[in-house]
Amino acid sequence: MRHSTRISVGPVRFRVGSDWREPVAALERLYASYPQDDARPADATVRLFAARPWRRWLRPSVHIGGDFVVPDALPLPLAMGLLAAEMGMNLQVALGWRRHMLLHASAVARDGRAVIMSGESGSGKSTLAALLGEGDWRLMGDEFTLIEPASGDALAFPRAVSLKNEAIAEMAGRVDAARLGPLLAGTPKGDIRHLIPRPEAVAAMHEPARPALLLFPRFGGEVAIEPMGEGEAFVRLTEASTNYIALGEPGFAALTRLVRETPAFGISYPDSAAGMALVEQLWAEAAQ
Amino acid sequence: MSAAQTLVDLFAGRRDAATLATGEWEGVTGVARTEAMLATLSHQLEGADLPPPVAALFADQRVAAKVAQDQALWEAEMARRALAPEGIEFVLLKGTAYAAAGLSCSSGRQIGDLDILVLASDIRRAENELLEAGWEWVKSDPYDDHYYREHMHELPPLIHKARDRMIDVHHTILPKTHRITPDALALVSDAATTASGFAILNPEDMACHCAAHMLADGDLQGGLRNLWDFNCLTRDFAAADAGFWSKLDARAGLHGLRAAVHRAARLARDLYGAELQAGWDRRDAGDFWYRHRLLARDDWGRSTNFVLQQAFYIRSHWLRMPPRMLAGHLWTKWRKR
Repeated sequence: MRHSTRISVGPVRFRVGSDWREPVAALERLYASYPQDDARPADATVRLFAARPWRRWLRPSVHIGGDFVVPDALPLPLAMGLLAAEMGMNLQVALGWRRHMLLHASAVARDGRAVIMSGESGSGKSTLAALLGEGDWRLMGDEFTLIEPASGDALAFPRAVSLKNEAIAEMAGRVDAARLGPLLAGTPKGDIRHLIPRPEAVAAMHEPARPALLLFPRFGGEVAIEPMGEGEAFVRLTEASTNYIALGEPGFAALTRLVRETPAFGISYPDSAAGMALVEQLWAEAAQ
Repeated sequence: MSAAQTLVDLFAGRRDAATLATGEWEGVTGVARTEAMLATLSHQLEGADLPPPVAALFADQRVAAKVAQDQALWEAEMARRALAPEGIEFVLLKGTAYAAAGLSCSSGRQIGDLDILVLASDIRRAENELLEAGWEWVKSDPYDDHYYREHMHELPPLIHKARDRMIDVHHTILPKTHRITPDALALVSDAATTASGFAILNPEDMACHCAAHMLADGDLQGGLRNLWDFNCLTRDFAAADAGFWSKLDARAGLHGLRAAVHRAARLARDLYGAELQAGWDRRDAGDFWYRHRLLARDDWGRSTNFVLQQAFYIRSHWLRMPPRMLAGHLWTKWRKR
């Protein structure tokens, strides 16, 4: 394709091709500090393309393609090309990756042990992970957490964090502006701005962590902690996994082990500070 | 050298995997994925000298394909449990049949839907039994439903409500309106049986169906994979039975598929290096277009050669139905856009 780049996030290496320079340039800026491994062929391909040649210039709209394609996915305007690239990368991982069990969950780690947070969009799992990642936690990822079937370890997928709506202002006050991507206003998912993880998190992206806590956050409402049984955690995580069924028996074994060995809690919190305090509290209790 | 060409060269053994550069691997991986052949390639190159990341990716594919194949065979077992008690016999077709029989082309082969063949006289009963066992109609569109039932060689696709897997129930192997009418009764009555007790087509019919599916019933979408199936099937059957090629020729004649089967054999020779016998090893000027259509992908896995693709698309419809009917069909489809 006309423009292209390679990006390695966690165990996955992407090849991203585009009909336009802008999305590639934006990706290269966000991922400039990530390890470059030019001798390594990509595992997955993302294509950002114009459906018709003239749509490259005339009301340019970015279609998302690649190894795996979602039929009828709507294109995005070129100004949201970075979001298109992010969606394309997520799609290839969600549909194509088989080495690990994928959980749609954020994660942070400390001392080689991980807190995995799974929830629907809007649960605050990304924001909580990003905020904790600015403290004395290592951000493992805001979107996917990978479980290695053989060892049961959690592996990081620290892509640029996708901050949404209120979370943008909350983070912008805390981090160096150089770590923020451009503001993508009015996307189908609201306002979006990407946050480059701290260099330590990127440097440690290949280091596994032992799952120590499974949290199912819910933003809004009074502070509450509900211990969750293995069965419920299991069912929720099957729903949060994009490749649980495709992995077959090893997936079942990995997930069973995860919920048996890891204490799980549903948590509700009215604001980020309360959410972070809950994570610290449960972490301290789990360590005892 | 295009990535698609490199891919078939790897399959044919014309290219040593150890000589591929980083960028070539990316192209080959991308094209193989788009052609649903990455796991097949992973098997073909198992033990080859590969860059470690490629070897790791290929190992993933082999494991995943094994799981997917077990799941596909389980679907066949589910169909058996739904149909056998009612005395409805069925023959497994395509990917599931290859896997059930443990044929070499099944290594890493992606299997989509479960395809089965039943006698035309059993098709209504088969549909009822499947509906009772939890399969449901997918197409709700009355025109499509009517079209399938009147003109196609299979029922409208059914999907299982709990397992979310599709079954295609065929009563023959080409649309009823197709210019060619294979002998469906012979396909069923001369079927073979696997060690696991499933009926599959006999070797000659299996090769005929593979060629018909690739060359007579579509626009060659996914053709590289079908051609690899054909290549492996004929190679293995010929190795086991010296008379295979002449039996295949006779059987193809019975089904009206001699041209398709011979072309498939020539394409397997040209792309995958198949060795053909006298009588098969000919040249045909028309093959040029088929080879180009099969390799019409760029290094990013995108289709190329739009005009050629459209030509094959139109050809597939032209073969499938008479002109008046084709006009009516396209008119209805266009109005519903």
